[in-house]
Amino acid sequence: MAILLNRSTRVIVQGFTGKIGSFHAEDMKRYGTKVVGGVTPGKGGQTHLGLPIFNTVKGAVRETRAEASIVFVPPPFAADSIMEAADAGIKLCVCITDGIPSQDMMQVKRYMRRYRFEDRMRLVGPNCAGVITPGQALMGIMPGSIYLPGRVGIVGRSGTLGYEAASQMKALGIGVSTSVGIGGDPINGSSFKDILQLFERDEDTDAVVMIGEIGGPQEAEAAIWARDNMRKPLIAYIAGLSAPKGRRMGHAGAIISAFGESAQEKVEILKEAGVVIVPTPASFGEVVADTLARTRKAA
Amino acid sequence: MDIHEYQAKELLARHGVHVPRGGLAYSPEQATYRAREIGGSKWVLKAQVHSGARGKAGGIKLCANDEDISNAAEAMLGRKLVTQQTGPRGKLISRLYLEEAVDIAQELYLGFVLDRKEERVMIVASAAGGMEIEDISEKKPDSIIRATVDPGVGMQGFQAREIAFGLGLESNLIGKTTETILGCYQVFRDYDASMLEINPLVVTRDGSLVALDAKMSFDENALFRRPEISELRDKSQEDPRETFASDRGLSYVGLEGNIGCIINGAGLAMATMDMIKIAGGEPANFLDIGGGASPERVAKSFRAVLGDKNVETILVNIFAGINRCDWVAEGVIKAIREVGVDVPLVVRLSGTKVEEGRKILADSGEAVIVAETLAEAAEKAVAAWRAAAKKKKAA
Repeated sequence: MAILLNRSTRVIVQGFTGKIGSFHAEDMKRYGTKVVGGVTPGKGGQTHLGLPIFNTVKGAVRETRAEASIVFVPPPFAADSIMEAADAGIKLCVCITDGIPSQDMMQVKRYMRRYRFEDRMRLVGPNCAGVITPGQALMGIMPGSIYLPGRVGIVGRSGTLGYEAASQMKALGIGVSTSVGIGGDPINGSSFKDILQLFERDEDTDAVVMIGEIGGPQEAEAAIWARDNMRKPLIAYIAGLSAPKGRRMGHAGAIISAFGESAQEKVEILKEAGVVIVPTPASFGEVVADTLARTRKAA
Repeated sequence: MDIHEYQAKELLARHGVHVPRGGLAYSPEQATYRAREIGGSKWVLKAQVHSGARGKAGGIKLCANDEDISNAAEAMLGRKLVTQQTGPRGKLISRLYLEEAVDIAQELYLGFVLDRKEERVMIVASAAGGMEIEDISEKKPDSIIRATVDPGVGMQGFQAREIAFGLGLESNLIGKTTETILGCYQVFRDYDASMLEINPLVVTRDGSLVALDAKMSFDENALFRRPEISELRDKSQEDPRETFASDRGLSYVGLEGNIGCIINGAGLAMATMDMIKIAGGEPANFLDIGGGASPERVAKSFRAVLGDKNVETILVNIFAGINRCDWVAEGVIKAIREVGVDVPLVVRLSGTKVEEGRKILADSGEAVIVAETLAEAAEKAVAAWRAAAKKKKAA
């Protein structure tokens, strides 16, 4: 069933009636996602896009049995929305919002720890493209058409660079089990390692492509975990070879501020951990194809 | 967003952190007048630029009389200070800060950062202050004390006390140090800072604790709720190319190369710049125009990129996901005609309706070099740049 999301996952939209929320809710429905309603405080009881609106996430969960929520709420209120989802028993929350203050995200992560691990909501994002299980369901803003259903997992920080990788793979007939955007913020819900753990356990995934970038410790942490625990091939690219130290490259988290955070250093760490490196962003397709061929031969 | 030393000191002083007596000056006359206000017999004149390592670059001068102050002020004002951290273009000195000189007995380091691994605010302290933290961690790693703050309850007194004792300070200084550390944390938290560094924090010969320097940066995502911090922004310290772009809502970082970049998405933008480098060129900028790539944003982006006189070729790389390539192509053509692009232009489109998009570019009659793949786009951009540079040289 791939990871995180499939065609029977019941999804609500927080920030449902806004322009962006409406647009993507419609797009997600069209792709086949089971969208069961939305939340906009003060508009409860009305309908939007043919679906019920609720005042609170708890109300939505009670009435629709939603398990997943996608957040399109503006930055000043987004952290509050994520915590509301966590408290209402949502299992998976994907936050698309770009621009949430770091201190708000610290609070969110701290708040989520009040629930036992088994009951704890999984947060993906913020500032991400979302999650797609091609051919089944989409919880995000990515164009569904560029993904072929298949058996390679993708996890990355960036939206459009993930699209680039998926379309290079599609051009060679390689499909995707699930693609997860973990987002470009310094503090995010799920790390690379968190998602690799899911792919490693997933029967429908044969190999994983990790698309990292400058800044932060997560790629290195994932590489060490993969070296010690992962049996499936891990293929990685790190963006930002030409990024100068101390400058923020678009994403709030894409900044080299400590040792080991540059693209060159991360590539070295990944290589040492036995990760297959995609040397240029133009060679995602061929490196994945080669790796799959080699793995099949070895098996 | 960075602020000046004197601004950081004002914030800190309001929260119980001791700073030397000082005052701001915009002219040599003001600087000498400040010396009289402050009193004493020795002063330090400090160039207010957004950079560390000012001392080695001539941005900090010890003065003993009016003449010293006046001469130093004259030498600094209006000049661009080039430090190890500013890049070759340097930063304009338009404000000076004059402080009473302090008799230093010991220099300490105190820093607050967002620790991305712990996802908490981390305090870093060392008894080996005065040098850069990178040098401390290399030369005296054992001197570094770290602590993280639980965001649920904030920093606790015992944590600050542990640091104070860990620094090996005399018992009469523990109270002051604890107060200073807690005050700094309060400022960091209350104003959504992303970095606060006091280096050095000094113990004076008469036994007081003073923040001799202060550096602060703030989380730009939190500025919506910190108008008092937004007000401290000094655009004269920014790259003018970046100010132009950020005033128009574009995410832009100026670099030193010649190939201007217009790309949607931060990751794809970085990857495209990498590809230019691999193909033998140097990017002039990072520019993420955002998801939509509407004709208005494309036009604004062309203006921002062409504002950099070093740009000799432009590479546009748009992945149209929700959008459509034919619309993006029309937007690009419209922008070229509106803005007037006088350098070679390479455009690569991919995603929805890509064939239609390429056809619109090819049929437009504009001199657009169309590329299909990312590799081809970078190669064509570098080739076009080389040809243009050669032509320029010949002319």
